[in-house]
Amino acid sequence: MSVVPISYYLVLSAILFGLGVIAFVFKHNIITIYMAIELMLNAVNLAFVAFARAYNQLDGLVFVFFVIVVAAAESAVGLAIILTIAQNRQSLNVERVNQLKF
Amino acid sequence: MSLLFVLFFVFASIAVIGAILLIVAREPIHSALSLIMVMVALAALYLLLGAPFIAAVQIIVYAGAIMVLFVFVIMLLNAGVEERTNWSKIAKFAGLPIGVFLLFELAHWLARSAIGKSIANGSEATNAAVSTRALSEMLFRKYLFPFEATSILILIAILGALVLAKRDE
Repeated sequence: MSVVPISYYLVLSAILFGLGVIAFVFKHNIITIYMAIELMLNAVNLAFVAFARAYNQLDGLVFVFFVIVVAAAESAVGLAIILTIAQNRQSLNVERVNQLKF
Repeated sequence: MSLLFVLFFVFASIAVIGAILLIVAREPIHSALSLIMVMVALAALYLLLGAPFIAAVQIIVYAGAIMVLFVFVIMLLNAGVEERTNWSKIAKFAGLPIGVFLLFELAHWLARSAIGKSIANGSEATNAAVSTRALSEMLFRKYLFPFEATSILILIAILGALVLAKRDE
């Protein structure tokens, strides 16, 4: 049974990362922008796992584990920041968050 | 076309469709659900790549914990349809051309460089499952210090979230 070449996974990872960048740039809602960051992290994780399997080294898999842990910590803090912004501005639109001091 | 190819294309198209739905959806909750779709498809791809532990962690932590957090916040803030605002002038006239230019530059670099050529020639991934035992031995021997450091990171994140979300009286 032939195996899927590693390049297919890398192309898929690049497509997902590009879609994440597009979502990051084009969306106005701060929560959706946050989800776009998570999508990009997922795309990078796929590339990590694909390279780890290509070179038969486990280090890539350990790094994916760390990326997931850091993403969890980051989303907890980020969503708390989003809550504070939404309470202060009464809006989730990033175009309305144009002042540091409110 | 072997079974592995069919499975790869099925899950890859699910992931790409989910990512496109994330961009197209107007309501944040629809974006969140399509992101969960992407994550589940990626977990299946990790299984195809022979990394069952990473696939399980992907489902449990990403689709289970992080996305629940997102859905909670969407629910809490009662986030509705995205409102339209005008693009800023810089984004309209400089952002898009620079983005397209960077994309072509990346494609050019990938096509020319040595790593790009080795990718194009396509080394094949083994899909024999990596043993979780070997992975955990590496995690607790070679990467013990970073592993312990993440626990402190999570503690700081909890404290930070608490301080930020606390209402000022």
